[in-house]
Amino acid sequence: MPAVSKGDGMRGLAVFISDIRNCKSKEAEIKRINKELANIRSKFKGDKALDGYSKKKYVCKLLFIFLLGHDIDFGHMEAVNLLSSNKYTEKQIGYLFISVLVNSNSELIRLINNAIKNDLSSRNPTFMCLALHCIANVGSREMAEAFASEIPRILVAGDTMDSVKQSAALCLLRLYKTSPDLVLMGEWTSRVVHLLNDQHMGVVTAAISLITCLSQKNPDEFKTCVSLAVSRLSRIVSSASTDLQDYTYYFVPAPWLSCKLLRLLQCYPPPEDGAVKGRLVECLETILNKAQEPPKSKKVQHSNAKNAILFEAISLIIHYDSEPNLLVRACNQLGQFLQHRETNLRYLALESMCTLASSEFSHEAVKTHIETVINALKTERDVSVRQRAADLLYAMCDRSNAKQIVAEMLSYLETADYSIREEMVLKVAILAEKYAVDYSWYVDTILNLIRIAGDYVSEEVWYRVIQIVINRDDVQGYAAKTVFEALQAPACHENMVKVGGYILGEFGNLIAGDPRSSPLVQFNLLHSKFHLCSVPTRALLLSAYIKFINLFPETKATIQEVLRCDSQIRNSDVELQQRAVEYLKLSSIASTDVLATVLEEMPPFPERESSILAKLKKKKGPGAVSVTELDDSKREGGELNGGGDRGPDTAAMSASNASTPSPSADLLGIRSAAPVGAAPPSAGSLLVDVFSEAGPAAPSAAVNDDGFLSSAPPSEDPATLLSEADELLNKFVCKNNGVLFENQLLQIGIKSEYRQNLGRMYLFYGNKTSVQFASFTTTVSCPGELQSHILSVHKCLETDLQLPSRRLASDLGGSILIC
Amino acid sequence: MIGGLFIYNHKGEVLISRVYRDDIGRNAVDAFRVNVIHARQQVRSPVTNIARTSFFHVKRSNIWLAAVTKQNVNATMVFEFLYKMCDVMAAYFGKISEENVKNNFVLIYELLDEILDFGYPQNSETGALKTFITQQGIKSQHHTKEEQTQITSQVTGQIGWRREGIKYRRNELFLDVLESVNLLMSPQGQVLSAHVSGRVAMKSYLSGMPECKFGMNDKIVIDKQGKTGSSEDAAKSGKQSIAIDDCTFHQCVRLSKFDAERSISFIPPDGDYELMRYRTTKDIILPFRVIPLVREVGRTKLEVKVVIKSNFKSSLLAQKIEVRIPTPLNTSGVQVICMKGKAKYKASENAIVWKVKRMAGMKESQISAEIELLPTNDKKKWARPPISMNFEVPFAPSGLKVRYLKVFEPKLNYSDHDVIKWVRYIGRSGIYETRC
Repeated sequence: MPAVSKGDGMRGLAVFISDIRNCKSKEAEIKRINKELANIRSKFKGDKALDGYSKKKYVCKLLFIFLLGHDIDFGHMEAVNLLSSNKYTEKQIGYLFISVLVNSNSELIRLINNAIKNDLSSRNPTFMCLALHCIANVGSREMAEAFASEIPRILVAGDTMDSVKQSAALCLLRLYKTSPDLVLMGEWTSRVVHLLNDQHMGVVTAAISLITCLSQKNPDEFKTCVSLAVSRLSRIVSSASTDLQDYTYYFVPAPWLSCKLLRLLQCYPPPEDGAVKGRLVECLETILNKAQEPPKSKKVQHSNAKNAILFEAISLIIHYDSEPNLLVRACNQLGQFLQHRETNLRYLALESMCTLASSEFSHEAVKTHIETVINALKTERDVSVRQRAADLLYAMCDRSNAKQIVAEMLSYLETADYSIREEMVLKVAILAEKYAVDYSWYVDTILNLIRIAGDYVSEEVWYRVIQIVINRDDVQGYAAKTVFEALQAPACHENMVKVGGYILGEFGNLIAGDPRSSPLVQFNLLHSKFHLCSVPTRALLLSAYIKFINLFPETKATIQEVLRCDSQIRNSDVELQQRAVEYLKLSSIASTDVLATVLEEMPPFPERESSILAKLKKKKGPGAVSVTELDDSKREGGELNGGGDRGPDTAAMSASNASTPSPSADLLGIRSAAPVGAAPPSAGSLLVDVFSEAGPAAPSAAVNDDGFLSSAPPSEDPATLLSEADELLNKFVCKNNGVLFENQLLQIGIKSEYRQNLGRMYLFYGNKTSVQFASFTTTVSCPGELQSHILSVHKCLETDLQLPSRRLASDLGGSILIC
Repeated sequence: MIGGLFIYNHKGEVLISRVYRDDIGRNAVDAFRVNVIHARQQVRSPVTNIARTSFFHVKRSNIWLAAVTKQNVNATMVFEFLYKMCDVMAAYFGKISEENVKNNFVLIYELLDEILDFGYPQNSETGALKTFITQQGIKSQHHTKEEQTQITSQVTGQIGWRREGIKYRRNELFLDVLESVNLLMSPQGQVLSAHVSGRVAMKSYLSGMPECKFGMNDKIVIDKQGKTGSSEDAAKSGKQSIAIDDCTFHQCVRLSKFDAERSISFIPPDGDYELMRYRTTKDIILPFRVIPLVREVGRTKLEVKVVIKSNFKSSLLAQKIEVRIPTPLNTSGVQVICMKGKAKYKASENAIVWKVKRMAGMKESQISAEIELLPTNDKKKWARPPISMNFEVPFAPSGLKVRYLKVFEPKLNYSDHDVIKWVRYIGRSGIYETRC
């Protein structure tokens, strides 16, 4: 910017500003401003033309008044006039006013655009720069529309000055960010890439920002930039600190440019050309070498600049993930930072190491720092750093160090910040499961977890431990023993009671031989917690009691007594009352054989992806858990146990489909309120009725379709359909969902759920042909009594390519279903 | 009850800080400064609630007085106290300014200790205070030793506002009826709202413990007396009686007597005091009528003509007349022509101010102005704020008349006739606006 000469200092403006600052009250300030505004109005109104200087002065005053928070509704014209001045200062003030106070006033915009165009086409670089800055500052869509085609031309023109190129590149970047659709790629794109070779470092720095942004959208078009960037980077890295005089910052050559180059390279995979790749590796090695050199200056700026480059280089190395040598070196470098006294550096080192840990090449190298990281977790004062340390511990964990890490995390959990506790709990649970070699250790860990941080243990965690205990025979006895011991603590967390109730209900017999944990002792222990628990837990405990009756007939009298007492059998909660009543009846009516069948031990759960992991993913947001980690978990999950997506109760339901249809499957259900097995048969047949009415209605509707009939094989008689369907229907006595009907054309699935007095049914229609159904309709007809209880029928049609599926839900009234 | 009282200068610096209760901490001082004095938007409400603490403030020139409390107090009581506090300070050291507050801070703390006790307002009668709070600036020579020894029994006695044994060679009494008339009028001359708020201020220099009786042409008082006195008399005075909407009295007035007999009787304090305050809304004499005429000539010119007519007896003279004609925000130039007085365009206030020193009744005068406008981008129309007016007239616009003021002093030998009485009426403009 040309120096402002003394004569240009606007005295009137200075006086005005000092007047304002001396005002004693708001009112005085407003008075002064009103006076000034009136003065300016009379000056602008005056018939004699103002000279450029006074125009500039008054526009400046208006700008100042605007910045004080007052509305300015005039003076735009004068500001636009200033744009056409030949003096730098006047033009500058004009542009300043326009970029601060621009509004989409059509006539003025035209004038402004005209002035900008004139300046862009002038040969004066300062004027061009001013115009470009104005465009970038305003950055509106209108501006983009007017100039998006012009700026690339200026950017790549051979005769443009360096400073103008810089401005043009940044201006174009700004327009591209606001309205990418208006900045069209063209032949200039290839020439922009060559700006990386420019002599002027400023131009390169500006251009690289633009290229990075553009290449993220169209990576292919800018592929050529990789080799150019590598060569530019190697020139910078190999240069002595004195070579790039103006661009050396505290003895570091062009730190910003280096960082940007490294970041640009992260947009692309490793270069295929061997020579380029060799050069790049050389560069990265040099950067790592430089980090080892003693610092050239004690100033913090020097180390900041150096470390910035280093961290970018490391993230590039991690991005490539193909150079074991570099990865290990990076890891060692970060290891040094782990003990640095600068907190920020420690944070960054932990963060980068987290990504390094997931690479197979550097995983071992990261593991060597485990002591330091554990120490960081314990001693670090900043919670964000501790969080990173916990993340890193999680990432570096494997079979060999799992026990140590889990133990450390558990001990840390006792003092951990509330903000990260839940996440820590999930991590511990996942690690314990993933790397468990010994299931007694796993059970110990999780029970410890519940003991230490019960409030933060989500449902998924304890579902999971129960799934695992049920699926592994060898651990059941140990689990029952441990749970029994844990429950003996005077105050234990509700989650512990849930786990205890479930496990003792299933496997209490395994420890019943010991007189210290005889059936009655077990029951009394559980029941002592009963009154302190919430409704769902009480429900679970009731189910555990009925299982006790099956396991230990000698407890029958005691338990019946408990069930019979008013607080159970007349409980205000419907769920608890229902369970008490049903269990009491079940225990008194059914013979021991029936009881044994009904209350059979839970079948193993099908193997699925761990639900805890899914929860952690959800908690951290996408991208937080790296892909490799997920693969890892699948791999590990395969050899270990799968689990249900939902709690063991719902999982049990689907499990029973595959195994023997045991009515007891749902008995231990916690939330699903309709134990179908316990429901009287009449309700079952009513349900079947609903199906048999709804079932054939749909296929016949499909058959009615003319277009479809002509190409389809002759359809079966509805009557035969019905008899066939009847067989399918019978299984719904003890199942809530499944296939209701199936032939070559159509599959009808049903899914039903019941809550207290309400039931909801979904019917799914699957098109098994390759052609699309047209005018597909279904009707629901119900027997009279039920009719009145259908609250609503929702229909929704999701057209999924050729597979139209139809959902039909009906809510059924309470008196029909005994739930 | 009031928890604390702070006085700030215009910058928000604390000049006086007196905390009466423990629930008010020092941070309350800053809370008020940050949220009210330094607030981005102008705070227009005199009561501000910040973090369950209520701040009541009044502003005198550039000085802020803020009373703070955490309790649910009677807001009008707090404001009444603050106004009284201002009066007391003004009586001690004149104008309330930063300079004066700084120079008298010891006195102010002493006053605050006296007029507020644990946040409960106490005797705030200036006359009484002046006998025992005698910091610099107060002439204390005429307060004798015995007067000061008597003060305890006086302020704790039945008549806390007057001490015994006052003697004057000449018994004099000054009575001022001060009114301010408020008006909002439509351009067509229709009265949209009008009321008069008035007060009777007295200055008495009477010996002994005189019993005074004040009579005015209030409708209720006259009706009441009409029953007991001759009906003829009532009819005669009823013609001019006025309807007072509401009124408040000085503590010296016997309210029981007023309720029972509608008579205002009292033992007056010595010196200055305000006997009563009242408000009327009916049959107001509007001293001036403003007739505006605004014509927009194109987008860049505005012609304004304003006529004022005086509407009272031609023998009376109105004074200090000032008419304020607002101008649009894009005014770039103004030419004014007026027959009488001086008119000037004040850019800092966005108004033309026309001043006339004196004007007799039943006259009229006019001003015309040409306003040049600057075309703006804003399509908003000018809001046309009302034309406002200030004046002073030597009569009471409410029509209130003092009928009598009798003084009885049975112990000393002077009668009602020996007392020299002065009565004066001053009517001022309050918010006196006419839409244009």
